[in-house]
Amino acid sequence: MKIHEYQAKAILKAAGVPILEGRVVHSAKGAAAAFSELGCAIAVVKAQIHAGGRGKGGGVKLVRSAAEAEAAATAIMAKPLITYQTGPHGQKVKTLLVEQGCAIERELYAGIALDRASKLPVLMVSSEGGVEIEVVAHSHPEKILKEPIDPITGLLPSQARRLAKEVGLPPALWEKATQFLQALCRVYVEKDLSLAEINPLVVTKDGQLLALDAKMNFDSNALYRQPGVVALRDLDEEDPSEIAGQEAGITYISLDGNIGCLVNGAGLAMATMDIIKLYGAAPANFLDVGGGATKDQVAKAFRLILADPKVTGILINIFGGILRCTTLAEGIVAAVKETGLSLPLVVRLEGTEVEQGRQILRDSGLAITTASTMADAAEKIVKATAKA
Amino acid sequence: MSVLVNKNTRVLVQGLGKAGRFHMAQMVQYGTKVVAGVAPGKGGTTIDGIPAFDSVAEAVKATGADASVVYVPAAGCLDSILEADAAGIALCVVITEGIPISDMVRAFAALRLRGSTMRIIGPNCPGIITPGECKIGIMPGYIHRPGPVGVVSRSGTLTYEAVWQLSERGIGQSTCIGIGGDPLIGTTHVDALRLFNDDPATEAIIMIGEIGGTAEEEAAAFIRKSVRKPVVGFIAGQTAPPGKRMGHAGAIISGGSGKAADKIAALEQAGVAMATNPSEMAATLVKLLGK
Repeated sequence: MKIHEYQAKAILKAAGVPILEGRVVHSAKGAAAAFSELGCAIAVVKAQIHAGGRGKGGGVKLVRSAAEAEAAATAIMAKPLITYQTGPHGQKVKTLLVEQGCAIERELYAGIALDRASKLPVLMVSSEGGVEIEVVAHSHPEKILKEPIDPITGLLPSQARRLAKEVGLPPALWEKATQFLQALCRVYVEKDLSLAEINPLVVTKDGQLLALDAKMNFDSNALYRQPGVVALRDLDEEDPSEIAGQEAGITYISLDGNIGCLVNGAGLAMATMDIIKLYGAAPANFLDVGGGATKDQVAKAFRLILADPKVTGILINIFGGILRCTTLAEGIVAAVKETGLSLPLVVRLEGTEVEQGRQILRDSGLAITTASTMADAAEKIVKATAKA
Repeated sequence: MSVLVNKNTRVLVQGLGKAGRFHMAQMVQYGTKVVAGVAPGKGGTTIDGIPAFDSVAEAVKATGADASVVYVPAAGCLDSILEADAAGIALCVVITEGIPISDMVRAFAALRLRGSTMRIIGPNCPGIITPGECKIGIMPGYIHRPGPVGVVSRSGTLTYEAVWQLSERGIGQSTCIGIGGDPLIGTTHVDALRLFNDDPATEAIIMIGEIGGTAEEEAAAFIRKSVRKPVVGFIAGQTAPPGKRMGHAGAIISGGSGKAADKIAALEQAGVAMATNPSEMAATLVKLLGK
């Protein structure tokens, strides 16, 4: 789960990480008032959307007066903000953060992510702040300094000092850096984060360390014990069909193609997308109905696919393990009878109770094409949709 | 022969809710030696014909169980895993999906600190099966048959797909290991490959990976260096967009790493015969062995 920059900064501030004074507003007038209230010579108006790349997309503007703040806010909110992460349609901006400007001496990077090999979260600090860390990791991996975070001790001051020293901070700033990094690590652990990024972490001309930007992703498996985090969720930033999927207990991710897929299991669902591509078409979605899906969930999944106007054909690929083929077949028949079916539908069933499942489909009298293998199914649906 | 589990493996079930009981019955039906169930408060009774105990330690003491399978809800798994280790369990298969990452960080850290030798398979996995001998987990038993191919995979149903393709062609499996779809897992591709490489009964290996992390790249390096048996590979998620978690918590392309193309290239360079079509995993193996 993702949150906005202003929300991440509020969490950091509460943990003792220094941030700049700012105001959250929802209108151009609000931005002007916020500028006046902050009482500074320079401020920054920042679009609050979950996607990265806001600066390059025109969602961050430097302003020097209330009038400029109003104009900047108007411009940012006028149309959807398009960045490399939003897709071509962009994301509507409803919220702005108006923040004090500051005189920057240096820009650093600090981030925490899970290291799968050591099975520990790892704190990364780099002298190359303000740049995408992936780019640094690719071109100058030696410029990313790392320290593992032990779950027993948390980040130790000695670890933080080492990073501060090697990133080139003067000894006078080591204590501040230690406090900053330790607080960041505490937040990561206590709030069940899966990713934290402060980019840039700035050193100001008057010797302060500040989180100029903040990004946090939360481990969705741990949300049950983080009610304060769940309250920060902004559903407007998420795909409505993906939310509907979650509510039905289904993993649904919309994609750009035209063949709707209904599969059980994440690996098989990905492989099904791949095989559709292999036969010359593109999947409209990833959909995993899960291992223990009920007839009702199958029907809901089917309706989700049909609700996508891009879809011109549907491929169902089920390897029944816990999910019995009969359950799947009953769900499909129920959904089709309710919604009607004007699109080609190819079903490949294998596994537990497969014969009875196939019989249910045959007996339904519906225009369902059956397939014996994944390849057969992909070929049939691609052919059927090409004709349509 | 086989790896990790066989007809002598004595299995204990942790978590006897609806799912745990259902799969315990399936395991018993398959012929797995299920010797105990752990259900705090129900010690001394029997559940579906299996003796129940209040703790793993008591169950191990009374039954000599050496493997456990965890169906406990996600919030309780940290406890269940560490309890199994404390009781001397050698193999702990964690089926449960949705365990918080930080719980697994702490579990692995605690096990390291204890100097534990317990092997974990999973979490978020279908389990492990040695066909005809021992099934620990949730996979449909009937699709498997005994034979010479070792199968290792991060995915559940895609493993069934590979196994089914093999069995349809009359090719059996030595052992199939579902290592799990989470970012932190106890047994990696490399671990499974090492076991198969050392197992005399395993003559060839199918390795199924997916996007996210670098486990497949590490497997490629290991195969190149150490594996002396034919390996067929498949990577799921070649068409997955970056930044989207494809169902499994671990299946996400982030920051330019974890891409299918990189994994495929690494494995091909290591001499692995890659199936480009998931429908042809077994066919690729047949072709490889026929050469």
